[in-house]
Amino acid sequence: MRINLRKMRDNQAGLIAAVKVAGDLGRRIRDMGIVPGTEIKIQGRAPLYDPVALRVRGATITLRNNEADYIEVEVND
Amino acid sequence: MHATVALAGNPNSGKTTLFNELTGARQHVGNYPGVTVEKKEGIYSSNDFQLHIVDLPGTYSLTAYSLEEVVAREFLVNQRPQVVINIVDASNLDRNLYLAVQFLEMGVPVCIALNMIDVAKKRGIEINARKLSALLGVPVVPTIARTGQGKKELMDSAAKIVQENTKFVPLKISYGDDIDSAMIEMEKEIEAHHLLTDTYPVRWVALKYMENDEQILEKGRQQNPELSARLQEMVKKVSHHLQDTLDTYPEAMIADQRYGYINSILKQGVIYQKYDLNRLYSSDRIDKVLTNRFLGPLIMLAILAGLYQVVFTYSEVPVGWLEGIFGWISAGVSAILPDGLLKSLIVSGIIDGVGGVLGFVPLIMFMFFGIAFLEDSGYLARVAFMLDRVFRIFGLHGSSVMAFIVSGGIAGGCAVPGVMATRTLKSPRERLATLLTVPFMNCGAKLPVFALLIAAFFAKYEAVIMFIITLGAWAGALLVAKLLRVTVIKGAATPFVMELPPYRMPTFKGLAIHTWERTWQYIKKAGTTILGFSVILWAMMTFPALPDSKVAEFEAQRQALLNSAPAAIAGELQNSPQGSELSPQALSLKEQLKRSHYRQAETALRYSVAGRIGTALESVSRWAGFDWRTNIALVGGFAAKEVVVSTLGTAYSLGEVDPAETGALSEALAKDPGWSPLAALGLIVFTMFYSPCFVSVVCISRESGSWKWGAFAIAFNTLLAFGLAVLIYQVGSALGLGVY
Repeated sequence: MRINLRKMRDNQAGLIAAVKVAGDLGRRIRDMGIVPGTEIKIQGRAPLYDPVALRVRGATITLRNNEADYIEVEVND
Repeated sequence: MHATVALAGNPNSGKTTLFNELTGARQHVGNYPGVTVEKKEGIYSSNDFQLHIVDLPGTYSLTAYSLEEVVAREFLVNQRPQVVINIVDASNLDRNLYLAVQFLEMGVPVCIALNMIDVAKKRGIEINARKLSALLGVPVVPTIARTGQGKKELMDSAAKIVQENTKFVPLKISYGDDIDSAMIEMEKEIEAHHLLTDTYPVRWVALKYMENDEQILEKGRQQNPELSARLQEMVKKVSHHLQDTLDTYPEAMIADQRYGYINSILKQGVIYQKYDLNRLYSSDRIDKVLTNRFLGPLIMLAILAGLYQVVFTYSEVPVGWLEGIFGWISAGVSAILPDGLLKSLIVSGIIDGVGGVLGFVPLIMFMFFGIAFLEDSGYLARVAFMLDRVFRIFGLHGSSVMAFIVSGGIAGGCAVPGVMATRTLKSPRERLATLLTVPFMNCGAKLPVFALLIAAFFAKYEAVIMFIITLGAWAGALLVAKLLRVTVIKGAATPFVMELPPYRMPTFKGLAIHTWERTWQYIKKAGTTILGFSVILWAMMTFPALPDSKVAEFEAQRQALLNSAPAAIAGELQNSPQGSELSPQALSLKEQLKRSHYRQAETALRYSVAGRIGTALESVSRWAGFDWRTNIALVGGFAAKEVVVSTLGTAYSLGEVDPAETGALSEALAKDPGWSPLAALGLIVFTMFYSPCFVSVVCISRESGSWKWGAFAIAFNTLLAFGLAVLIYQVGSALGLGVY
């Protein structure tokens, strides 16, 4: 099932399906290793539920919810 | 052999640690031409050779995404270092190789430092460096920057590249059929017309067009607009095709293929991972507490307050020493030199000026040490993570908080280190908005002004008023930041996307070098400018001097006082040694003489340029309830906010009032019919918001890279403050407030 990164629960894992944004933001997201096929896991969210922290390629990457909106993830459950 | 070696790598890859390890204390810190990005250089010496090492800014990529990336790229192209040492974090190999691949695409001579192999080993990651080297076609040397392990081997293999003049051919990766075939066409055109080929490899230019790299597009347009347009047309065609067929963009495709290339290499027996890559480590367990929804903010508050305490409490001691030393020098010089202009220039202009510059040094050192600790340990990134949601509302960034706190977000800070603290912000617009608004915070120098006015008019409500003042500063700063971000610094938010690096214990050496560099930069660069300003301000408050006839008048007055007193009393005053007990009559005579001196000082102040400005402004400042005395004091406050108090003292014929003891002055204000609680409130608000002191202005100009922003801060803040003060005074008067 393909869902938006913003909708993922804490500790939920999945595979990046698409990063649908060009320009600076898209570049920055890809620079961090978030490209289709990458395994990710939601590590947690900031106290005000935004930004979100992901586990990607053994590192922790954070992005704002409105940035996560461009990322689609394939999840099992 | 003498060669230039560039150090490049991701942030948090241990690049700075390696740089410190290689160069020791022999570093030189400056800026890259025209930008505020720091440039560190140093020398590495071994028995056989010396290498000039340049530390490039930490970047994840070589796009034109950030100033750091552009700077790094320009350096590689224009300065052509003989070797680029690319530091990669072995515990994060694939992400770090993304930058390495881009160096290879550029065809620059690369030597890879496989750093933090100890951390990687602990995480169950084994890397075959020899195999990686063979597959990438560049030397790969395992290192541990913290202990210096491997640094000799690394520098030897870098030196070998220089000595053997090894040729590096740009790496060719397949970016998929659509892009590949379009790029072949583009390369032909680029080669035929020599578009940018004197600086960049042909394929690289084509690649950057494909990636929509703004900087290269712009350069191409300048050199050959027709061809540039044609190339962009070709890219557009591929882009449409990719979007129709694969729902992706060329730049996304290119990034995917780079990662694909990296994976294909790592899979050939380069890396062995014992555990799942995304398993949690002790650093992540610490995060479960430190960024916890409830505990996180509480701990953050404690840590920030703690930092603040450390910076401002412990720096008081060395500040005290410095003040003592300068007071002693001042007194010494005063005793040697005869009264007059020279003495006044040296004591009030130069010694006070140098003292003013150096007085900030302990503060800046402590602040940079504290912030470097939080930054290097990884905590600062967590602060940005937790607070971003709040600061984003105002067009700022989570990292802005540090600068606000240091500047006086907890009353009593200082905007000078605050402005310098914005260096931790990597987003240019958010950074500018932050450094323009931090001076609104209540720095330690504004507190004596508030204390004076509160004691005179609101003595009963001291705590409440101080609390409101603190909240008011935050509200004002954040709202103004928002205003700036939708007007003069408008533009979309810079992407927040960032890494939370694993927690690490900072090395003392690293912290010490970092602190010393920043402090020295302040002394060297800001110091000279500040000294100049200090002399100008002194001149403004001294010249033109009272005409001789006026001085003679005051002297005659004092002579008359002496003459009219009984001879015995006058004699007692003149002949008794200093500090001895005087009779009540003599004391009263002494008091009268002192008053005459104070009145002369008042008259002289009013006669000076600053005084004339103050008097001329009275017709305008009346709107806010300020008379000429307040105006002069505020002009003086441009030197440092606490000068408002001492200048007000002179203007009220009380002599120079010590900002720490304002009893007599606050009584004088409370009695003065020209003053009212309303005018006092207006002055409090004005002091909060008007022009930053000139030390801050110099720092704002330095940090923003332009005097334009320094001038903006003076003009905009003063107008804003005046508007608010007028509003308070006029509305208050209309409502009949502020009258006893």
